[in-house]
Amino acid sequence: MTESLKVRVWRGTDRGTFAAYEVPRSESQTVLDVVTHIQRRIDPTLAYRFACRVGMCGSCAMSVNGIARWTCRTHVSHVAKNGAVEIAPLPNLPVIKDLVTDMREFFDKWSRAKGQFRGTKTRGDDFARIAPASAERIAADAGIECIGCAVCYASCDVVAWRPAFLGPAALNRAWTLVNDSRDVRQRDRLRAVAGDAGCHSCHTQGSCGERCPKHIEPTAGIAGLKRLAARAAIRGEL
Amino acid sequence: MSAKERFQARTAPEAWSAESGPVSDVRRQALLWYWQRVSAMVLALCVVVHLAGIIYAVRGGLTAAEILGRTRGNWAFGAFYAVFVVACAIHAPIGVANVIGETTVGRGSSALVIASVLGVAMLLMGLSAVYGLVAS
Repeated sequence: MTESLKVRVWRGTDRGTFAAYEVPRSESQTVLDVVTHIQRRIDPTLAYRFACRVGMCGSCAMSVNGIARWTCRTHVSHVAKNGAVEIAPLPNLPVIKDLVTDMREFFDKWSRAKGQFRGTKTRGDDFARIAPASAERIAADAGIECIGCAVCYASCDVVAWRPAFLGPAALNRAWTLVNDSRDVRQRDRLRAVAGDAGCHSCHTQGSCGERCPKHIEPTAGIAGLKRLAARAAIRGEL
Repeated sequence: MSAKERFQARTAPEAWSAESGPVSDVRRQALLWYWQRVSAMVLALCVVVHLAGIIYAVRGGLTAAEILGRTRGNWAFGAFYAVFVVACAIHAPIGVANVIGETTVGRGSSALVIASVLGVAMLLMGLSAVYGLVAS
Protein backbone atom coordinates (compact mmCIF):
# COMPACT_ATOMS: atom_id res chain seq x y z
CA MET A 1 0.00 0.00 0.00
CA THR A 2 1.38 3.41 -0.97
CA GLU A 3 1.61 6.15 1.66
CA SER A 4 -0.71 8.50 -0.15
CA LEU A 5 -3.29 8.46 -2.89
CA LYS A 6 -3.23 10.79 -5.88
CA VAL A 7 -6.77 12.03 -6.39
CA ARG A 8 -8.19 14.01 -9.29
CA VAL A 9 -11.53 15.60 -8.41
CA TRP A 10 -13.88 17.47 -10.74
CA ARG A 11 -14.26 21.12 -9.72
CA GLY A 12 -16.81 23.42 -11.33
CA THR A 13 -20.17 22.91 -12.97
CA ASP A 14 -20.74 21.49 -16.46
CA ARG A 15 -17.66 23.47 -17.29
CA GLY A 16 -14.77 22.91 -14.98
CA THR A 17 -11.56 21.02 -14.55
CA PHE A 18 -10.00 18.28 -12.49
CA ALA A 19 -8.04 19.40 -9.44
CA ALA A 20 -5.27 17.22 -8.03
CA TYR A 21 -5.00 16.31 -4.34
CA GLU A 22 -2.91 13.97 -2.25
CA VAL A 23 -4.77 12.04 0.41
CA PRO A 24 -3.18 9.72 3.00
CA ARG A 25 -4.16 6.06 2.64
CA SER A 26 -5.79 4.21 5.50
CA GLU A 27 -7.15 0.75 6.18
CA SER A 28 -10.52 -0.06 4.54
CA GLN A 29 -10.64 3.44 3.10
CA THR A 30 -13.63 4.18 0.87
CA VAL A 31 -13.83 6.71 -1.93
CA LEU A 32 -16.32 8.65 0.21
CA ASP A 33 -13.66 8.77 2.95
CA VAL A 34 -11.28 10.28 0.40
CA VAL A 35 -13.73 12.97 -0.67
CA THR A 36 -14.57 13.74 2.95
CA HIS A 37 -10.85 14.05 3.79
CA ILE A 38 -10.36 16.53 0.94
CA GLN A 39 -13.29 18.69 2.06
CA ARG A 40 -12.45 18.63 5.77
CA ARG A 41 -8.65 18.78 5.66
CA ILE A 42 -7.62 20.28 2.33
CA ASP A 43 -10.33 22.35 0.61
CA PRO A 44 -13.59 23.12 2.46
CA THR A 45 -15.15 24.56 -0.72
CA LEU A 46 -15.49 21.10 -2.26
CA ALA A 47 -19.19 20.24 -2.69
CA TYR A 48 -20.43 16.66 -2.57
CA ARG A 49 -23.51 14.81 -1.38
CA PHE A 50 -23.87 11.97 1.09
CA ALA A 51 -26.09 10.92 3.97
CA CYS A 52 -26.03 7.42 5.43
CA ARG A 53 -22.44 6.28 4.55
CA VAL A 54 -23.57 2.64 4.63
CA GLY A 55 -25.20 1.97 1.26
CA MET A 56 -28.79 2.64 2.19
CA CYS A 57 -29.63 6.12 0.93
CA GLY A 58 -28.00 6.15 -2.50
CA SER A 59 -27.03 9.82 -2.32
CA CYS A 60 -23.23 9.50 -2.59
CA ALA A 61 -23.12 8.05 -6.12
CA MET A 62 -20.30 9.51 -8.21
CA SER A 63 -18.20 8.56 -11.17
CA VAL A 64 -15.04 6.81 -9.98
CA ASN A 65 -12.44 6.22 -12.68
CA GLY A 66 -15.24 6.70 -15.20
CA ILE A 67 -17.66 4.24 -13.63
CA ALA A 68 -20.74 5.27 -11.65
CA ARG A 69 -20.62 3.84 -8.13
CA TRP A 70 -21.75 4.35 -4.56
CA THR A 71 -18.64 5.94 -3.13
CA CYS A 72 -19.47 4.81 0.41
CA ARG A 73 -19.35 1.16 -0.66
CA THR A 74 -16.33 1.46 -2.92
CA HIS A 75 -13.00 0.62 -1.35
CA VAL A 76 -10.07 2.60 -2.65
CA SER A 77 -8.03 -0.61 -2.82
CA HIS A 78 -10.48 -1.98 -5.39
CA VAL A 79 -10.46 1.01 -7.74
CA ALA A 80 -7.09 2.78 -7.39
CA LYS A 81 -4.81 2.38 -10.39
CA ASN A 82 -1.12 2.99 -9.74
CA GLY A 83 -2.02 4.79 -6.53
CA ALA A 84 -4.42 7.18 -8.24
CA VAL A 85 -8.15 7.64 -8.56
CA GLU A 86 -10.34 10.07 -10.52
CA ILE A 87 -13.65 11.23 -9.04
CA ALA A 88 -16.29 13.09 -11.04
CA PRO A 89 -20.01 13.85 -10.77
CA LEU A 90 -22.47 11.33 -12.20
CA PRO A 91 -22.73 11.55 -16.00
CA ASN A 92 -26.05 12.29 -17.77
CA LEU A 93 -27.08 14.81 -15.10
CA PRO A 94 -26.44 18.58 -14.94
CA VAL A 95 -23.75 19.49 -12.43
CA ILE A 96 -24.69 21.96 -9.72
CA LYS A 97 -21.22 22.22 -8.25
CA ASP A 98 -18.19 19.93 -8.12
CA LEU A 99 -19.52 16.42 -7.34
CA VAL A 100 -23.15 17.42 -6.78
CA THR A 101 -25.57 16.77 -9.64
CA ASP A 102 -29.06 18.13 -10.23
CA MET A 103 -31.31 15.09 -9.73
CA ARG A 104 -34.58 16.82 -10.63
CA GLU A 105 -34.76 15.49 -14.17
CA PHE A 106 -33.99 11.98 -12.94
CA PHE A 107 -36.91 12.01 -10.51
CA ASP A 108 -39.23 13.95 -12.85
CA LYS A 109 -38.89 11.02 -15.20
CA TRP A 110 -40.16 8.68 -12.48
CA SER A 111 -43.21 10.91 -12.35
CA ARG A 112 -43.61 10.90 -16.15
CA ALA A 113 -43.42 7.12 -16.09
CA LYS A 114 -46.40 7.17 -13.71
CA GLY A 115 -44.18 5.94 -10.94
CA GLN A 116 -46.71 6.87 -8.25
CA PHE A 117 -48.88 4.15 -6.77
CA ARG A 118 -52.60 4.78 -6.96
CA GLY A 119 -55.04 2.33 -5.43
CA THR A 120 -58.72 2.39 -4.60
CA LYS A 121 -58.82 0.99 -1.09
CA THR A 122 -59.22 3.18 1.95
CA ARG A 123 -58.02 2.69 5.49
CA GLY A 124 -61.43 1.19 6.21
CA ASP A 125 -60.86 -1.64 3.74
CA ASP A 126 -59.21 -4.95 4.47
CA PHE A 127 -55.64 -5.60 3.31
CA ALA A 128 -55.18 -6.66 -0.30
CA ARG A 129 -54.24 -10.32 -0.55
CA ILE A 130 -51.18 -10.77 -2.78
CA ALA A 131 -49.91 -14.32 -3.08
CA PRO A 132 -46.15 -14.24 -2.39
CA ALA A 133 -45.58 -16.94 -5.00
CA SER A 134 -47.60 -15.24 -7.75
CA ALA A 135 -45.72 -14.35 -10.94
CA GLU A 136 -46.58 -10.65 -10.54
CA ARG A 137 -45.31 -10.49 -6.97
CA ILE A 138 -42.06 -12.23 -7.93
CA ALA A 139 -41.59 -9.85 -10.89
CA ALA A 140 -42.22 -6.82 -8.67
CA ASP A 141 -39.86 -8.16 -6.00
CA ALA A 142 -37.04 -8.35 -8.54
CA GLY A 143 -37.10 -4.59 -9.02
CA ILE A 144 -38.53 -3.16 -5.85
CA GLU A 145 -35.27 -2.69 -3.92
CA CYS A 146 -34.26 0.33 -6.03
CA ILE A 147 -33.29 3.29 -3.85
CA GLY A 148 -32.99 5.87 -6.62
CA CYS A 149 -29.23 6.42 -6.59
CA ALA A 150 -29.14 7.09 -10.38
CA VAL A 151 -26.12 4.85 -10.95
CA CYS A 152 -28.07 3.05 -13.70
CA TYR A 153 -29.21 6.34 -15.22
CA ALA A 154 -25.64 7.65 -15.26
CA SER A 155 -24.42 4.41 -16.86
CA CYS A 156 -27.03 4.32 -19.62
CA ASP A 157 -25.73 5.18 -23.09
CA VAL A 158 -29.28 5.66 -24.41
CA VAL A 159 -29.86 8.41 -21.82
CA ALA A 160 -26.59 9.99 -22.96
CA TRP A 161 -27.58 10.27 -26.62
CA ARG A 162 -31.34 10.56 -26.11
CA PRO A 163 -31.97 12.78 -23.07
CA ALA A 164 -35.76 12.39 -23.24
CA PHE A 165 -35.41 8.64 -22.58
CA LEU A 166 -37.02 7.89 -19.23
CA GLY A 167 -34.09 5.75 -18.20
CA PRO A 168 -33.66 2.41 -16.42
CA ALA A 169 -34.74 3.49 -12.94
CA ALA A 170 -38.03 5.09 -13.97
CA LEU A 171 -38.89 2.15 -16.22
CA ASN A 172 -37.96 -0.30 -13.48
CA ARG A 173 -40.26 1.57 -11.12
CA ALA A 174 -43.06 1.43 -13.72
CA TRP A 175 -42.48 -2.31 -14.08
CA THR A 176 -42.90 -2.90 -10.34
CA LEU A 177 -46.21 -1.01 -10.44
CA VAL A 178 -47.37 -2.77 -13.59
CA ASN A 179 -47.10 -5.92 -11.53
CA ASP A 180 -49.00 -4.43 -8.60
CA SER A 181 -52.57 -5.70 -8.89
CA ARG A 182 -53.79 -2.98 -6.51
CA ASP A 183 -52.78 -0.13 -8.83
CA VAL A 184 -55.49 1.34 -11.07
CA ARG A 185 -53.51 3.37 -13.61
CA GLN A 186 -52.12 0.52 -15.69
CA ARG A 187 -53.26 1.78 -19.09
CA ASP A 188 -51.98 5.32 -18.54
CA ARG A 189 -48.70 3.93 -17.27
CA LEU A 190 -48.23 1.67 -20.25
CA ARG A 191 -48.84 4.61 -22.58
CA ALA A 192 -46.34 6.69 -20.64
CA VAL A 193 -43.55 4.12 -20.76
CA ALA A 194 -44.01 2.93 -24.37
CA GLY A 195 -42.65 4.67 -27.44
CA ASP A 196 -39.62 6.79 -28.16
CA ALA A 197 -39.09 8.16 -24.67
CA GLY A 198 -39.80 4.84 -23.04
CA CYS A 199 -39.05 1.16 -23.22
CA HIS A 200 -38.81 0.99 -27.02
CA SER A 201 -35.67 3.12 -26.99
CA CYS A 202 -33.78 0.69 -24.76
CA HIS A 203 -31.01 -1.15 -26.61
CA THR A 204 -30.65 -3.79 -23.89
CA GLN A 205 -26.96 -3.01 -23.55
CA GLY A 206 -27.24 -3.93 -19.90
CA SER A 207 -24.96 -1.30 -18.35
CA CYS A 208 -27.74 -0.50 -15.87
CA GLY A 209 -27.88 -4.04 -14.50
CA GLU A 210 -24.11 -4.41 -14.63
CA ARG A 211 -23.57 -1.29 -12.51
CA CYS A 212 -26.60 -1.46 -10.20
CA PRO A 213 -25.31 -1.78 -6.61
CA LYS A 214 -28.55 -3.55 -5.69
CA HIS A 215 -28.13 -6.09 -8.52
CA ILE A 216 -31.43 -5.13 -10.09
CA GLU A 217 -31.83 -5.88 -13.80
CA PRO A 218 -33.84 -2.98 -15.26
CA THR A 219 -33.54 -4.49 -18.73
CA ALA A 220 -35.65 -7.45 -17.60
CA GLY A 221 -38.43 -5.10 -16.54
CA ILE A 222 -38.06 -3.06 -19.73
CA ALA A 223 -38.41 -6.25 -21.78
CA GLY A 224 -41.56 -7.01 -19.79
CA LEU A 225 -42.92 -3.53 -20.54
CA LYS A 226 -42.28 -4.08 -24.26
CA ARG A 227 -44.24 -7.35 -24.14
CA LEU A 228 -47.15 -5.77 -22.28
CA ALA A 229 -47.18 -2.73 -24.59
CA ALA A 230 -47.28 -5.02 -27.64
CA ARG A 231 -50.10 -7.04 -26.16
CA ALA A 232 -52.06 -3.88 -25.35
CA ALA A 233 -51.42 -2.43 -28.81
CA ILE A 234 -52.71 -5.57 -30.53
CA ARG A 235 -55.85 -5.46 -28.43
CA GLY A 236 -56.30 -1.78 -29.19
CA GLU A 237 -55.86 -0.86 -25.54
CA LEU A 238 -52.75 1.29 -25.87
CA MET B 1 -25.36 27.65 -25.78
CA SER B 2 -23.59 25.80 -22.98
CA ALA B 3 -23.79 22.06 -22.45
CA LYS B 4 -26.05 22.67 -19.48
CA GLU B 5 -28.43 24.86 -21.53
CA ARG B 6 -28.51 22.28 -24.33
CA PHE B 7 -29.32 19.58 -21.81
CA GLN B 8 -32.08 21.65 -20.25
CA ALA B 9 -33.55 22.49 -23.66
CA ARG B 10 -33.67 18.87 -24.67
CA THR B 11 -35.10 17.66 -21.41
CA ALA B 12 -37.71 20.38 -20.90
CA PRO B 13 -41.25 19.00 -20.56
CA GLU B 14 -42.32 20.50 -23.89
CA ALA B 15 -39.40 18.84 -25.67
CA TRP B 16 -40.28 15.56 -24.10
CA SER B 17 -43.96 15.88 -25.09
CA ALA B 18 -43.00 16.66 -28.66
CA GLU B 19 -40.70 13.66 -28.89
CA SER B 20 -42.92 11.11 -27.22
CA GLY B 21 -45.67 12.10 -29.63
CA PRO B 22 -49.34 11.27 -29.61
CA VAL B 23 -50.78 7.98 -28.47
CA SER B 24 -50.96 6.69 -32.06
CA ASP B 25 -47.15 6.91 -32.28
CA VAL B 26 -46.80 4.98 -29.04
CA ARG B 27 -49.10 2.28 -30.43
CA ARG B 28 -47.16 2.21 -33.69
CA GLN B 29 -43.90 1.74 -31.80
CA ALA B 30 -45.39 -1.12 -29.81
CA LEU B 31 -46.75 -2.82 -32.93
CA LEU B 32 -43.48 -2.40 -34.83
CA TRP B 33 -41.66 -3.96 -31.91
CA TYR B 34 -44.15 -6.85 -31.94
CA TRP B 35 -43.73 -7.51 -35.64
CA GLN B 36 -39.96 -7.33 -35.40
CA ARG B 37 -40.03 -9.80 -32.51
CA VAL B 38 -42.38 -12.23 -34.31
CA SER B 39 -40.36 -12.03 -37.53
CA ALA B 40 -37.18 -12.64 -35.50
CA MET B 41 -38.67 -15.87 -34.18
CA VAL B 42 -39.45 -17.00 -37.74
CA LEU B 43 -35.99 -15.94 -38.91
CA ALA B 44 -34.28 -17.87 -36.12
CA LEU B 45 -35.91 -21.08 -37.35
CA CYS B 46 -35.37 -20.25 -41.02
CA VAL B 47 -31.67 -19.48 -40.57
CA VAL B 48 -31.07 -22.77 -38.77
CA VAL B 49 -32.86 -24.75 -41.50
CA HIS B 50 -31.10 -22.71 -44.19
CA LEU B 51 -27.62 -23.31 -42.75
CA ALA B 52 -28.30 -26.99 -42.12
CA GLY B 53 -29.56 -27.31 -45.70
CA ILE B 54 -26.44 -25.66 -47.10
CA ILE B 55 -24.10 -27.85 -45.05
CA TYR B 56 -25.99 -30.96 -46.07
CA ALA B 57 -26.30 -30.02 -49.74
CA VAL B 58 -22.70 -29.01 -50.47
CA ARG B 59 -21.06 -32.21 -49.29
CA GLY B 60 -18.72 -33.20 -52.11
CA GLY B 61 -19.34 -29.98 -54.01
CA LEU B 62 -22.38 -28.54 -55.73
CA THR B 63 -22.90 -26.87 -59.12
CA ALA B 64 -25.52 -24.34 -60.15
CA ALA B 65 -27.09 -26.95 -62.42
CA GLU B 66 -27.38 -29.37 -59.52
CA ILE B 67 -29.01 -26.70 -57.34
CA LEU B 68 -31.59 -25.89 -60.00
CA GLY B 69 -32.16 -29.60 -60.55
CA ARG B 70 -33.24 -29.94 -56.96
CA THR B 71 -35.19 -26.69 -56.60
CA ARG B 72 -37.22 -26.60 -59.84
CA GLY B 73 -40.73 -27.69 -59.15
CA ASN B 74 -39.98 -28.11 -55.44
CA TRP B 75 -42.86 -26.11 -53.99
CA ALA B 76 -42.02 -27.00 -50.39
CA PHE B 77 -38.60 -25.43 -50.94
CA GLY B 78 -40.29 -22.43 -52.52
CA ALA B 79 -42.77 -22.02 -49.68
CA PHE B 80 -40.02 -22.20 -47.06
CA TYR B 81 -37.89 -19.55 -48.75
CA ALA B 82 -40.92 -17.38 -49.45
CA VAL B 83 -41.58 -17.34 -45.71
CA PHE B 84 -37.89 -16.58 -45.14
CA VAL B 85 -38.07 -13.63 -47.55
CA VAL B 86 -41.26 -12.24 -46.00
CA ALA B 87 -39.75 -12.45 -42.50
CA CYS B 88 -36.63 -10.62 -43.72
CA ALA B 89 -38.73 -7.97 -45.44
CA ILE B 90 -40.55 -7.31 -42.17
CA HIS B 91 -37.65 -7.61 -39.75
CA ALA B 92 -34.86 -5.67 -41.43
CA PRO B 93 -36.77 -2.50 -42.40
CA ILE B 94 -38.08 -2.05 -38.85
CA GLY B 95 -34.52 -2.23 -37.57
CA VAL B 96 -33.36 0.15 -40.30
CA ALA B 97 -36.16 2.57 -39.37
CA ASN B 98 -34.93 2.51 -35.78
CA VAL B 99 -31.34 3.15 -36.84
CA ILE B 100 -32.42 6.00 -39.13
CA GLY B 101 -34.63 7.37 -36.38
CA GLU B 102 -31.85 7.39 -33.83
CA THR B 103 -29.11 8.71 -36.07
CA THR B 104 -30.61 11.07 -38.64
CA VAL B 105 -34.16 12.17 -39.37
CA GLY B 106 -35.92 11.06 -36.20
CA ARG B 107 -38.56 8.40 -35.84
CA GLY B 108 -41.17 10.22 -37.86
CA SER B 109 -42.73 9.33 -41.17
CA SER B 110 -39.49 9.89 -43.13
CA ALA B 111 -37.80 6.95 -41.43
CA LEU B 112 -40.84 4.76 -42.05
CA VAL B 113 -41.03 5.76 -45.74
CA ILE B 114 -37.36 4.88 -46.26
CA ALA B 115 -37.81 1.62 -44.38
CA SER B 116 -40.97 0.77 -46.33
CA VAL B 117 -39.18 1.26 -49.65
CA LEU B 118 -36.42 -1.02 -48.41
CA GLY B 119 -38.95 -3.60 -47.28
CA VAL B 120 -40.80 -3.63 -50.60
CA ALA B 121 -37.49 -3.90 -52.49
CA MET B 122 -36.37 -6.82 -50.32
CA LEU B 123 -39.71 -8.52 -50.78
CA LEU B 124 -39.74 -8.15 -54.58
CA MET B 125 -36.11 -9.18 -55.06
CA GLY B 126 -36.38 -12.07 -52.62
CA LEU B 127 -39.60 -13.48 -54.04
CA SER B 128 -38.35 -13.11 -57.61
CA ALA B 129 -35.24 -15.08 -56.63
CA VAL B 130 -37.39 -17.82 -55.09
CA TYR B 131 -39.59 -17.83 -58.19
CA GLY B 132 -36.51 -18.13 -60.35
CA LEU B 133 -35.26 -21.16 -58.42
CA VAL B 134 -38.58 -22.97 -58.25
CA ALA B 135 -40.68 -22.06 -61.26
CA SER B 136 -38.43 -20.86 -64.07
